[in-house]
Amino acid sequence: MRATLNALLLSRWAKPVVFALALVPLVWTVWLAWTGELGAEPILESVKQSGLWALRFLLIALALTPLRVFTGVAALARFRRMLGLFAFFYASVHLLTYVGLDQFFDWHAIGTEILKRPYITIGMGAFVILTALAATSTDGMVKRLGGKRWRALHRGVFLAGLGGCLHFLMLVKGWQTAPLVYGALCAGLLALRRWPLRLPNPRTVRTLAPKPQDG
Amino acid sequence: QVPTTRKPADAALDTVTPIKSATTYNNFYEFGTGKADPADGAKALRTRPWEITIDGEVAKPLTIGIDDLLKVSMEERIYRLRCVEGWSMVIPWIGFPLAELLKRVEPTGNAKFVAFQTLMDPERMYGQKSWVLEWPYTEGLRLDEAMHPLALMAVGMYGEILPNQNGAPIRLVVPWKYGFKSIKSVVKITLTKTQPPTAWNRSQPREYGFYSNVNPEVDHPRWSQATERRVGDFSRRKTLPFNGYGDEVASLYTGMDLRVNY
Repeated sequence: MRATLNALLLSRWAKPVVFALALVPLVWTVWLAWTGELGAEPILESVKQSGLWALRFLLIALALTPLRVFTGVAALARFRRMLGLFAFFYASVHLLTYVGLDQFFDWHAIGTEILKRPYITIGMGAFVILTALAATSTDGMVKRLGGKRWRALHRGVFLAGLGGCLHFLMLVKGWQTAPLVYGALCAGLLALRRWPLRLPNPRTVRTLAPKPQDG
Repeated sequence: QVPTTRKPADAALDTVTPIKSATTYNNFYEFGTGKADPADGAKALRTRPWEITIDGEVAKPLTIGIDDLLKVSMEERIYRLRCVEGWSMVIPWIGFPLAELLKRVEPTGNAKFVAFQTLMDPERMYGQKSWVLEWPYTEGLRLDEAMHPLALMAVGMYGEILPNQNGAPIRLVVPWKYGFKSIKSVVKITLTKTQPPTAWNRSQPREYGFYSNVNPEVDHPRWSQATERRVGDFSRRKTLPFNGYGDEVASLYTGMDLRVNY
């Protein structure tokens, strides 16, 4: 089972398929907007959906390493960068729809909101972190920064994740369930880094570990 | 169909929001916090039999079945509705002035406020099982606000019986205040000496005041109230003080600091 999964994930179709799947939420939302099925407030709904998907991809990307360690499906590591970049992509769509559609490039209002509203300040902070991580996501940047510094910088992803969850929690009215669930998942994934699960079968993991350039 | 005598308010100049938007984009946390939740979830709400009790500081307390209550003459009022979240609609309501109902029970000299309560039914209103607010939902007005001719008890909209997701069988509509003041599915009205607790104010007192008059000058602590998007529009528009009903209602607040009494 583990070997089959690994083989499947290592096939040359795996990445294009995952890439295409990751675009489904975007295509679906655009389709709903086009056909007028995005509800009474399509602008707010697109802002909301892109934000949710940014958070979801961030959590999926964060879950890959614990999942790899826990299941021994080493090939999961191949998808970490791509899914992390999709989190950045959806966060960019989120910001662009807010700036361009919701506020219609009212820079004064946007600037004021970023400074004045803590939930937007925090959301922008998370976006700045994600931008830095996306910019340093190439193999060239890993080399230039050196593995140690690169890893230290990319631990910022947890800050971005927690920031995203806090942003969500702070913008809704009342204590709603969804942002609490996202927050708990993010905190749980962070905790797993501190108290990692034992490898079920270190040998399998070692033999199937991807080459560094698969990164 | 509810018999109506059309009485357009000045909001008639605004374009009426499509009925589909008004019935599918709702805040009714008794049926979940998503905007589309009530349209589906409120189908479970049973609006018959339904009684309203009016008690407290009144000479003639009253408990009346909804069908008996509906025997008053109805009128249509086209009102703007401004949600505290920053969106707005224009809705043709059908109903009668709250003042008429209050006069029937003869408020005593002690009555200074009016408290409203929504049905409590966690089996059907499954949102009441969550901790998002303290249930049942409560709201309140000062007596002079409640007696104002613009304050409406609505039982219909768009020429039809009020859909469940919009607060059937009877709800309050106070067009110069943020939408959450216009409590839905009312079962109890109590006249009181002191200011009654209200659901959102109990939940987050700094964010939702007792008065909650629409006011572009006073921000919600987490967002600006200067602009709003009319549902269906692309761009935002400026929010008007008292939601554009200042000529009618501003005098209720003469001498009050509306930044303090937000």
